[in-house]
This record gives sequence, structure tokens and C-alpha cells, in this order.
Amino acid sequence: MYDPTVARLTYRALLGRRRAAILFVLPVLLVAIAVAVRAFAGADDGVASGVLGGFAIATMVPLIGVIAGTGAIGPEIDDGSIVYLLAKPVRRPTIIFTKLIVAVAVTMLFSALPTFVAGLILNGNGGQIAVAYTIAALVASIAYSALFLLLGTVSRHAVVFGLVYALVWEALFGSLVPGARTLSVQQWSLSVAEKVAGEGQVTSDVGLPLATALLIGVTVVATWYAGQKLRALKLAGEE
Amino acid sequence: MSTETGTATGSDTSRIHNIGYRSYDGVRLGRAYARRSLYSQSLRGSFGLGRSAKSKVLPMLLCGVMCMVALILVAVAMATPTLTKLPIKYTDFAIYLQAVIGLFVASQAPQSVSRDLRFKSVPLYFSRPIERIDYVLAKFAAMASALLILTGLPLVILYVGALLAKFDFGDQTKGFGQGMVSVALLSVLFAGLGLVVAALTPRRGFGVAAVIAVLTITYGAVSTVQAIAWETDSAGAITWLGLFSPITLIDGVQTAFLGASSAFPGGEGPGAAAGVAYLIVVLALVAGSYAVLMRRYRRVGL
Repeated sequence: MYDPTVARLTYRALLGRRRAAILFVLPVLLVAIAVAVRAFAGADDGVASGVLGGFAIATMVPLIGVIAGTGAIGPEIDDGSIVYLLAKPVRRPTIIFTKLIVAVAVTMLFSALPTFVAGLILNGNGGQIAVAYTIAALVASIAYSALFLLLGTVSRHAVVFGLVYALVWEALFGSLVPGARTLSVQQWSLSVAEKVAGEGQVTSDVGLPLATALLIGVTVVATWYAGQKLRALKLAGEE
Repeated sequence: MSTETGTATGSDTSRIHNIGYRSYDGVRLGRAYARRSLYSQSLRGSFGLGRSAKSKVLPMLLCGVMCMVALILVAVAMATPTLTKLPIKYTDFAIYLQAVIGLFVASQAPQSVSRDLRFKSVPLYFSRPIERIDYVLAKFAAMASALLILTGLPLVILYVGALLAKFDFGDQTKGFGQGMVSVALLSVLFAGLGLVVAALTPRRGFGVAAVIAVLTITYGAVSTVQAIAWETDSAGAITWLGLFSPITLIDGVQTAFLGASSAFPGGEGPGAAAGVAYLIVVLALVAGSYAVLMRRYRRVGL
């Protein structure tokens, strides 16, 4: 189910030259904010939770997920070089699974690690906040990667749709319509974090059993369906 | 058409035939015409006109959302007899719907410049009588005009609706004028930033992500830090933090000069003195993005 060559190619596509710039800028920004806030406000659980929840989980993780998830397969389909990969005797679901592993690893590396570092800087893991949000970022990385990898195989405008989901659905509708929060990767991962953190530091609108079921369900179904899409991929011309 | 004339000297086996090519002696439309064409094609392309049906969906949808929100606001204003003005200020509209504007820039700026770079059609443009400055100006102006249409159209709807509802003409006209100045500034600023980021990435997908990152991440970072500054009673810092993201820059300028109420935490917008700093930063960013674009196209694809 795992092909080292495909993995190596995907790593190089994701972390090559300028493309990695965004991936590096975001974590650096988060840590810089954490340092600035610590200097401003001192160690405070509420503030730490605000920064990690408001910036790291709400903005940074989805964006990195979009870049890594769609970037793992989108450009190859876009420029047609996927045919050289598909022509090799590698099973299509294996390609998807390998790319998913790589996307998850990259997303985790660039989102969960800086979240943990920022959490330590903000309040030295008081009330388990740093650990809780890191776990949320780890869990969200998996679901986001699977979801956006699927989008990459379905649409040529995967990045735009991924961003619409992350920004409009989770951020805008999520804050206005309470029901929309039930269908949000962010809330599912926060509900896992809620279990870890101390009382009242992290809140989620979704119960843990439902959140876990949905997280696993979305990841598995998205990966399976992406494999199916790749089996019958139609290469289209530009536009 | 004669084929026997123009015989070259030399042996019988080698001859040059005149096959009747004629030089063009019609009207030459020149550089200004080429620039205008590039502008109008880019502007149409931003809304998917002249492109496939699929590429019309997103820009039209975003434009529709903007106008729909404006229509709903007008409907609310008309249905509520006690109101004497619109439910929101003209200047607030673009701030509330910044996600939609951001998505529009992110999806359309890369389609405007990235594909020319990726398919190496830039050298073809420059084989026409246009210069580098014409290309950059035309693309910049087209993107800014597209954004002005996207942000100005709902304001026009609001204004017409307000006049139909017989709100005070003087007040509404003043507010509308202020709103239009503010969205014009926003359009130029966003177009510049979007095109710079898009021109640096020949891949469309990464261009989209990079533009949205510049717009959203800076806003997310600034508003998070501002909220913390507000909680920790350092209100002075809120004003200066606003300098670090495009949408808060616009917010600051219109709060200082265009009678808007700031969306900063606690409504702590900049006063006139800080407003000048905001305006200088906005103008510097616009000039800077123009300079970067000029530099980017100095030797591209050649």
C-alpha cells in the first residue's frame, strides 16, 4: 500500500523551492505572534487558548492542509504528468494512499509542531493547552489531507474549493449558523482536544463519539473515493 | 500573379519564385490599441466572459453573492418603516464581505497572469507593439477595474435602494461617495497585491493559495493580536497593529478620512494623524507592487 518512489516524488513536489515558502512562512508567523503575545500579555491560559484556537487551528491548519492536500496531486493532474505515473504498474489506490501519507506528514510537520512550540511559548503547557491543541492539529491534519486530496482528484479548481470550504464554510457559516459547526473538521478536532485539555479551556460543539466517528468516516471515504476517481481519471485539456 | 519573374542568377536548377506575397498597407492600430485590447480582454476574462462556461461559474457566483447581500439589505430597509437609513454604512459593506472579495482576487489574479507565464505566451505579447509598461498597466488596471465592479456594484444597488426608499438624499449621497472612494482604494490595493503574488508563481493552484494566504493569514494574525491587545488594555497598540494587513489598512484609512466606524476591537480606529500613516502605507504598497511587477517582467520567458 506504500510506494517509496511515489512518496519521494510527492515530497519533492511539495517541498520544492518556492512552493515550500508558504509552508515555512505560516509556522514562523505563528511562533512570532506567540513570542509577541507572551511579551505583551505574559502567560495566560485564556490568551493562549485564543491564539491557538483562533489563529493556529482556525486559519493555519486548514490553509496548510489545502496546500499540502491539493498540492500532492493537483499540479500533476493539471500539467498532465500524472499519465507517466499512472502508466507504471502501481495500483491507483496505492498511489492515493502514498500521497495521503505524505500530505498528512507534511501537514503535521508544518502545523502541529509549530502549534506545540507556540503553545509552550505562550504558557508553558499550562492546563495541557499546548498538548490539547497539538492533538487537535494532528487529528485535523489527517482529515484535511484526505479531504483536500480527494478534491484534488475531483476538480481542477481544487484549491479554490478547498479554500471556500475552509474560509467560507468553517469560518463564516460556522460562526453564524450553529448547525454548520457539526459538519466542520475544525470542530471535530477541537472535540478531541476538549477531552485532553483542562476544564473549560477548549470548547467544541460536537460530542466526542460523533466527532471521532465522523473524522474516521470522512478520512476513509475520501481516500477510497479518491482512489476510485484516479482509476477512471479523465485527462482534460486546459479549461 | 506571375511566377516566372524574379529569377535568381546562377544555374537553371535554382530559382527564386515570386509567389505574390504583398506587404500590409492597411491602417496600423498601434500601441494604444493593443494596450486597450489587452485591458478589455483581461477585464472580461476576470468575469469569465469569453472563456468557457466552467470558468464563468466562480466569478459570477461571487459577484452574485455580493449583489444578493446588497439586495437583502435594501429589502430589509424598505420593509422596516421605522428605518431612516440603511442597516449598514456604505463603507462597512466591503469589510463585512472581505472573504468574498479575497476569494475573487485569489481566483482571478492567477488566471490573469499565471497562465501567460506558464504557457510562455508573454513573449508573444511583447512581439506586438506593446512595451513592458503597457502589459503591466493593462493587467493592473483590468484587475483593479474588475474589483471595482465587484465592490462598487453592490454599493450602487444600496444607493439606488436607499433613494427609492426615500432616505435623506444628502446623507445617502455623501455616504455613497465615501464608500466608492474607499472601495476604489481597496480595489487598487488588492489588485496590486494579488497580481504580484500571482506573477511570482506560474502554477495557478499555488497562486490561488498564495494570494489567499497573503490576504487571510495577515488578517487572521492581525485581528488575533488586536483582540489580545484589547483584552490586556493596550488600546494604543491596536491602532498600529492595523498597519499589517490589507483589509485593516483600508479599514483604518476609511475610519480616519471617510467617516466609517472601525471594525477594530472596541472601535478604536486611527485618528487623522495615524490615518495619514495608513494612507502612506497603502500608497506605498500600491507603488511597490507596481514596481515589483515591472521588475518581474523585465526579463521573463525570454
